[in-house]
Amino acid sequence: MSALVRVSTVSRTYTMRAGLFGRTVDVHAVDGVSLSIPKGETLGLVGESGSGKSTTGRIVLGLEPPDRGEVRFDGAPIAKLATPQWRMQRARMQMIFQDPLGALDRRLPVAAQIREPLDIHGIGTPAEREARVRELLRSVELTEQHGIRYPGALSGGQRQRVVLARALATWPDFLVCDEPVSALDVSIQAQVVNLLTDLQAQLSLTMLFISHDLRVVRQISNFVAVMYLGRIVEYGSADDLFARPEHPYTQALVSASPAPGRRSAGRVVLSGDPPNPAARPAGCAFHPRCPRAIARCRNEVPQLASIAGDRQVACHLVGGSQVHSRDAA
Amino acid sequence: MSPLVSIEGLSVAFNGVPVLHGVDLTLQTGEAIGLVGESGSGKSVTWLAALGLLPRHARVAGSVRLDGREILGAPQASLDQVRGGRVAMIFQDPASALNPVLTIRRQLCETLALHRGLSGDAVKAEAKRLLDLVGIPDAERRLSAYPHEFSGGQVQRIMIAMALAGQPDLLVADEPTTALDATIQAQILELLSQVRRETGMAMVLISHDLGVVAENCDRVAVMYAGRIVEQAPSAHLFADPWHPYAQGLIGALPPLDGPRRRLTAIPGTVPDPQKMPGGCSFAPRCGLVEQACLRAAPRLAPLGDGRTVACVNAEASRKALLGIAAE
Repeated sequence: MSALVRVSTVSRTYTMRAGLFGRTVDVHAVDGVSLSIPKGETLGLVGESGSGKSTTGRIVLGLEPPDRGEVRFDGAPIAKLATPQWRMQRARMQMIFQDPLGALDRRLPVAAQIREPLDIHGIGTPAEREARVRELLRSVELTEQHGIRYPGALSGGQRQRVVLARALATWPDFLVCDEPVSALDVSIQAQVVNLLTDLQAQLSLTMLFISHDLRVVRQISNFVAVMYLGRIVEYGSADDLFARPEHPYTQALVSASPAPGRRSAGRVVLSGDPPNPAARPAGCAFHPRCPRAIARCRNEVPQLASIAGDRQVACHLVGGSQVHSRDAA
Repeated sequence: MSPLVSIEGLSVAFNGVPVLHGVDLTLQTGEAIGLVGESGSGKSVTWLAALGLLPRHARVAGSVRLDGREILGAPQASLDQVRGGRVAMIFQDPASALNPVLTIRRQLCETLALHRGLSGDAVKAEAKRLLDLVGIPDAERRLSAYPHEFSGGQVQRIMIAMALAGQPDLLVADEPTTALDATIQAQILELLSQVRRETGMAMVLISHDLGVVAENCDRVAVMYAGRIVEQAPSAHLFADPWHPYAQGLIGALPPLDGPRRRLTAIPGTVPDPQKMPGGCSFAPRCGLVEQACLRAAPRLAPLGDGRTVACVNAEASRKALLGIAAE
């Protein structure tokens, strides 16, 4: 299957100063991440705050240049930020963020905002643009009445639909969604998740779906990558990965996700604090919190390796001779 | 057994707009009860009103009794004994609940002096014991640290330590883990249940997260637009919800295992308190709405096995969910 988006060992390091005159510290936000997303499929990216999932999303869109590595979109490298070539590429790739109110202009009716990408990229005649806006409003289940309102007069779920309509205006092939439903109430979240899955199927969109919510990620994604401190620690197909997590961190994440109707029996509760990207432990970054860490984990960084099927795990304790009963799979 | 807290007909209006319409809730000693609902359902307002923490322009009516004594509208002096003493509260954003320019020791000792009358070495020893209890490593040294020197999870642990300082009989936890990462959320919930095992303290857990409530509470009350619409033991509620809204909430939650299914989204949005529909406030979004729903808001009615539901159609709604023809 041909990959629409291919990310090869990208890294991004920020420098941070500790205190006013303190020494500078390197923060490895993303460290050697490789991904590929086949056309029409959705890749979910999960992890806690500071895991580098949002930075990865920004690098994929070319909003942030990688220090090392390369991103290819439809076979071509991502052009430099703010060049005409980049703008052409950007019409085909769009982004949705968590906070729709922050992404919309409060002083402009929403229909005008949905139209804006068409104006910027010079798509169609004015009449065609108007027709396209009406079609977009319908496709996200809003009416033309909603179109003449201002963002402040819409509910959170309706605003996120407007953002989605605007992102779809230029017929993009690729959509990056960064926590698009995290700020919404459960019942509204379900509406937007259903809408996203429908549109993805209708328009055969390719998506990178970034979220900390395992349930939502599983609902939307074909494949899932789990990130911890800037690295991918596990990758696999969505259903299989959450049903049989192999990496101790993924196991803890899945176990920490509370479920109605299940009492917290046998829960893996990780000790220790969330990781600080500015002070990454040597060896496997997860070893200070890992319940199964061995001596080797402290000084040797585990590489992402295939174990069975399409599953890849970066852990010294998984894979190789220790592939469990999954050989047959 | 007489209840620890009993709330009867609690109503709240802000500037003449009613937001809470007669909430009844009782809490036994040592019990953990969960309040779930979406934003604007009134789950936080219920407890802020009960403890007299709402701003002055809020009009509060009804009755809130703690051990049989009325605390609604009680004088400030007696409320100060209740808040932080008998009843403690923790919030979603722990960082803004601490004073950033005072050390943790100063803030913990203040609570201890106020509610336990401790002083001198006793207060310092107790402060250290509390930090140990909530799992802050190296408590002795960390007492001299300022709030910004702790991570989000640790600040919430410190808030729990401060809440425990007054040896409360009831802890009201308002979205205590919403701002925290998943693995840290698991730690805090584990800590709360450990504290409850050791002290026998009752807890009210307010959350939008059904999973969090299901796992940590004995009983759950589902709130919608300022009313409790269903109340049941948590195992019963999540296995077999009766109210159409409770069913909708559970159906809207994507499963983490098993086959993927299309989510049953509840259409529409929560009604604006200024334009509340006449009858049942869920009627405009309900699939089983009929004439009776539009006439008057249904009252909570007991339905056996400790369950109460406010729906004229509860029986039919349950059958519809189970796939049995209603007729």
